[in-house]
Amino acid sequence: MPSLKFKTQNVKLKPKTQSFLRKTFNFKFQLYALRLQLYTFCALSLVILISGCGGGGGSSGQPKATITAWHWMTDRDSIFNELAERYEEKTGVAVKFELYAPSDSYTQKVRAAAQAGTLPDIYGLLAEKRDFASFIIAGHVANLNPEMEADSSVWKNEFFSRAIAVNEFLPDNEFKVEPGIYGVPLDVMNIQMLYNKDLLKEAGIKKPPKTWEEFLAAGAKLKERGIQGLVSGWGEVWMIDCFASNYAFNIMGEDKVMQTIKGEITYTDPDWVSVFALFKEMADNGLLYNGIVTMVNKTAEQLFANNKAAFAFNGSWCVNVYAGMNPNLNYGAMFPPSHGIYPLKIWGGAGSSLLVNNRSLVKNEAIEFLKWLSSPEQQAYLADATKNLPANKNCLAKISPILSEFSAAMEETTHPNIWPVHEFPQVIEAFDKGIQAIIIGEKTAQQVAEDVQKIKERELAKKNKS
Amino acid sequence: MKIKSTLANYLFVLPAVVIFGVFYIYPFLKVFQLSLMEWDGILPTMQFVGMSNFKEIMQDKIWWNSMWQAGYITLIALTFQNCLALLLALACDREIKAGNFFRVIFFIPPILSEVVVGLIWQWILDGNYGILNTTLHNLGLSALVHNWLSDPKTALTCIAVVHSWKGFGWGFIILLAGLQTIPRQLYEAAKVDGAGSWHVFTKITLPLMVPVFSMVIILTILGSMQVFVLIVSMVGQGLVHHTDVPVLRILASMTGSSRFGYACAQGIIFGLVLIIVSFTQKKLSERIRQV
Repeated sequence: MPSLKFKTQNVKLKPKTQSFLRKTFNFKFQLYALRLQLYTFCALSLVILISGCGGGGGSSGQPKATITAWHWMTDRDSIFNELAERYEEKTGVAVKFELYAPSDSYTQKVRAAAQAGTLPDIYGLLAEKRDFASFIIAGHVANLNPEMEADSSVWKNEFFSRAIAVNEFLPDNEFKVEPGIYGVPLDVMNIQMLYNKDLLKEAGIKKPPKTWEEFLAAGAKLKERGIQGLVSGWGEVWMIDCFASNYAFNIMGEDKVMQTIKGEITYTDPDWVSVFALFKEMADNGLLYNGIVTMVNKTAEQLFANNKAAFAFNGSWCVNVYAGMNPNLNYGAMFPPSHGIYPLKIWGGAGSSLLVNNRSLVKNEAIEFLKWLSSPEQQAYLADATKNLPANKNCLAKISPILSEFSAAMEETTHPNIWPVHEFPQVIEAFDKGIQAIIIGEKTAQQVAEDVQKIKERELAKKNKS
Repeated sequence: MKIKSTLANYLFVLPAVVIFGVFYIYPFLKVFQLSLMEWDGILPTMQFVGMSNFKEIMQDKIWWNSMWQAGYITLIALTFQNCLALLLALACDREIKAGNFFRVIFFIPPILSEVVVGLIWQWILDGNYGILNTTLHNLGLSALVHNWLSDPKTALTCIAVVHSWKGFGWGFIILLAGLQTIPRQLYEAAKVDGAGSWHVFTKITLPLMVPVFSMVIILTILGSMQVFVLIVSMVGQGLVHHTDVPVLRILASMTGSSRFGYACAQGIIFGLVLIIVSFTQKKLSERIRQV
């Protein structure tokens, strides 16, 4: 504390008096300072108290309830927060969206929270059906069937059937989960092929290929012109799996695919070998982008958006991505060229869904919020802002032409999560990595088929033993 | 009185023991317990399977292959990375101009994020538009133009070289610190006796640096065997199994196959391998020091 200074030059005082005055004034100053500190403290406390009472609840005071929601969707975070503000204004219920990205980190966080019992009120799950089932059995997900089916299933009927199917567990499901709908789809997606109109024109290809032969012929023309063919994130192996299963349905039909998963038909069956051989054909005809096997989808998207590849294999989310990367990109969506006699099914269904924590203290409020979020008005706003296909089929009229092309294929979609049986993860890994080996010319289609079958038999034996 | 004093002593030690127990002993025991279970990481129930996870690992060719691949990366790091670090440390140990500047420059790669380094090098090594291929092409070496990260013959070596580039700064700093502890009088005395640079290096520098080399080697082994972020950022989920390393396999078991028990068993085996390698290396360096 600074001490007072006395001007003693003009007044002659005795040293004792000087000392007394100095001490007295110093003491008084200290008293002043103490009082000042006390007043400041009281004033600050009052301010904090007032702001504490007034803050958070807006003009109407504290929120009625606070819902916490976790998600991984970086492109939708600001929109979610905006919608949360609107919801709070309307209902007085606050929704706090927390973003955790990238999706790998998000998945780990959700798993860790499930183990620790600290999951939020609403969260999304990026997992296979098997893991989804485990979350339900462990009591982490609320069954939304009563709400979905109330009033003659009004809520349920608003969604695309495929979007609901991904979140649904049917009676007698293999995971022994209580039948019901366990998630609310926010948007739907499907994975198709995109073509660059300018590059196809440059190569003299008048229309996008519809058959496999046309596709290979287009590859030859592109190669002549020095244009690279198909680009996709096949370094993220699930996209290889997706492409291959499209053609498995096309070449051998859905029943045979399911029989293979059940173990009744082997992967060495000629139809499966034909599926594997497609990748060899594409590689041999120069249709695959150089380095596709280690390419992540973000790189693939950049290449296609920058007119470096004629075709892309990507999901409907790409519309938003390409718009951000190159708004002038001249492209269209097409169904993958058909090869077999059976209907070609593409992967699709719910793009992202949100689940309600069964142990949440605000479970009912969370369900009400998701009802509001999935209603046509909010869905249209989300679709418009993020250029994703809305899960609510009642607001499709407002989407862009390219998204309409994607939405037209929604009824032709399938997804492993809606299949009645599920393949072993180890078999899926051998399948996807085997295809990579075919593309780089390390193995033949027959060799990969044999390798996959070996793993399948090993896993079946383990399952039967346990 | 004595009991009271002993109790008081134990009380003082208690917080440290509790922290050690909670954060070190308990997780280790938990990992060991989980390694004996079949568990998907979510369900509240686990199935006791005894040693079957360990038996399965012994027959898991992909796992052991990933171990060899990590060993290959480690070998490149031990040779290329540490030789580079030693050369640069020797250069900076001398009275050179802008020595501090070089010290800072050499220490930049280790402080960069592995993801950033991986993405930059992925861009450099890109088979279509990469700087390396463009440079080779411009130099008239088009025959060497290559898809570096999508070819099984080159992918792992590229990863190992990038890992070494990123990691040599640590070795450089430690080796430089070691070199600076060697008394200058020894060098001066050797010079007076007519020893050349090579003799000074082999008879003075190398023997006195053995403990430092030992530490650098152990750190290099531990760091290189556990590399994975760099690999993910350079080749995504990998080129077939040619770029798999043990940590990636553990992650694949944990999040890909949802086999937490198996992943824990892999973790234990991997830990044991690292302990054995480090212990052997330590014993070897002790022998060398005695010699």
